[in-house]
Amino acid sequence: MTTYLLRRFALGLCVLIVSMLLLFVLIYAVPGDPAAIALGPRASEAQKAFFREQMGLDQPLAMQAASFLWNLLHGDFGTDILSQRPVADLVFAALPRTVTLAVVGVIWAAAIGTPLGIWAALRPNTFIDWLIGVISTSVVALPAFLMAIYALILFAVMLNWFPAIGAGEPGDLLDQLHHLALPAFAIGVAWVGYIARLVRVSMLETLAQPHVRTYRSFGVSDLRIALRYVLPIAVVPVISVLGVGIGNLLSGAVLVEVVFSRPGLGSLAYDAVLSRNFPVLLGAVVVTTGLYVLANFLADALIAYLDPRLAEKG
Amino acid sequence: MTDQTAAAPRAVKAERHATLRRLLGTPTGAVASLVVAAFVIAALAAPLVAPYDPNAIDPINRMQGPSAAHWLGTDQLGRDLLSRIVFGTRTALYIALTGTGAALGVGMAMGMIAGLGGKILDSALVLLNDSIKSLPLVLFALALVTIYGASVPALIVIIAISMAPGYFRVVRNQVLVLNNADFIVAAQSMGASRLRLAATHMLPNLIGPILVLIAMDIPAVIGIESGLSFLGQGIQPPQSSWGNMLSEGYTYVRQAPHIAIAAGLPIVLSTIAFTFLGETLRDALDPRRAVRT
Repeated sequence: MTTYLLRRFALGLCVLIVSMLLLFVLIYAVPGDPAAIALGPRASEAQKAFFREQMGLDQPLAMQAASFLWNLLHGDFGTDILSQRPVADLVFAALPRTVTLAVVGVIWAAAIGTPLGIWAALRPNTFIDWLIGVISTSVVALPAFLMAIYALILFAVMLNWFPAIGAGEPGDLLDQLHHLALPAFAIGVAWVGYIARLVRVSMLETLAQPHVRTYRSFGVSDLRIALRYVLPIAVVPVISVLGVGIGNLLSGAVLVEVVFSRPGLGSLAYDAVLSRNFPVLLGAVVVTTGLYVLANFLADALIAYLDPRLAEKG
Repeated sequence: MTDQTAAAPRAVKAERHATLRRLLGTPTGAVASLVVAAFVIAALAAPLVAPYDPNAIDPINRMQGPSAAHWLGTDQLGRDLLSRIVFGTRTALYIALTGTGAALGVGMAMGMIAGLGGKILDSALVLLNDSIKSLPLVLFALALVTIYGASVPALIVIIAISMAPGYFRVVRNQVLVLNNADFIVAAQSMGASRLRLAATHMLPNLIGPILVLIAMDIPAVIGIESGLSFLGQGIQPPQSSWGNMLSEGYTYVRQAPHIAIAAGLPIVLSTIAFTFLGETLRDALDPRRAVRT
């Protein structure tokens, strides 16, 4: 198990380094003066010179790549061009809001999607199974930001049940939850379908195993078998998908934040695009990539704990 | 031997017919195929299908709700929303096809190299693709757009990079499986070159899974394009795109919510239709799977 986890950790680190190098190549492959392009046409000569010096643009390419990598892995993403604050401060201040949004979105989706998947798996090839299948397949590819706009129109503009913008008064938990409801709903819609389908398929696979037949021959009720013996095994693939899906989830959250004008990584990045504040964008990309790698490692670790056979296989 | 080779094309044809029958035989598959066909027709024949010029401004009739003259209403400049959606279909399908096409090209080349090349090359390419997958798509796209500017080619490059790992995985895994298949070993022992193996023996076996992946990726690409256009970083006005229309509708969401609602409809319809098409296609190409799951 330890070797397995160490290997996954090393692999995650490699993935992080290669993706940073990929970013470097894409940024420096741009024709012309990177400083002028990154900072936009309104940047002053002094700002450009500062940027060049900060990014080490006067050094050989290999050195630039090395220092680029070194700085990023240190959490040094440079300085915000507008406020002159370290980018890392801005990004790490915004990150918890976005992660909260994403986590709440997935939790409500799992709370609805898991029972739906179980229900469908217990009634395979019936009308209810078909209906759950059609609904979950329909929602699976719906973009979260579109759900956000529709939810905003229906529940905030027309019905006026929920606030349309912002994240609520600081310190007022109830107000914050009130503001969180619609964005979290929008993010979770697609995941309800995704989780329901995964749980169904993986429940059906587990239900077909010999040990389940043994429980049945002992007279254990179907529902008890499903919840007590099958679900804990069937939930493993869902965890690994959640690990991989965190990237999608955060991408969805970024757009949803813009729709609801919620402070967070998405709004930070959006403002950075409008003001051509490249270091902030780079910082947001790097931190999110790190989060993805970390989430995948945690998912691997959790799976290894839940199903040690998988860790043995490598 | 001669009999078999003569019968082979007919068998392939029969198999294709069976696939098509299975595709249209299920209600969801038939409806999905129809909706996708409608979108393709709307895109190809946009000037004939659209009731108005999508850019014709009519300030007197601005922000009108749905009516007999304007089925989906008009936007803030009085332009007909249905006509703009029809022309937006062109943009959406163009980006979806060129984007997935480019991703397919890049992913397939990498997958073939990884599958047929040595172990080190394979590991390196797997690592590269894992790394691409770890980049957060929207933020990554925004970062690139800041450097390269928002344009159609930039959008296609972003889609090609971020979607390529899916095709890489399918092609590489299939090639690795096929490497040890009897008919490949036989062709190899008869002196077939690697390039010939790849072109004549492996590619035909890849078409099915790749078609399924393309159908599944198109909704994702539509989502990316409309999302970036919504942020003003994708397709630039006045070219009509569903994302642009959503962005305008969002601006006037309190005065005229019907603009945003109308602009979202084709996104909802097309993503659902393409997803079902992909699902049915997958089941049709592999009937065993359809029965089992």
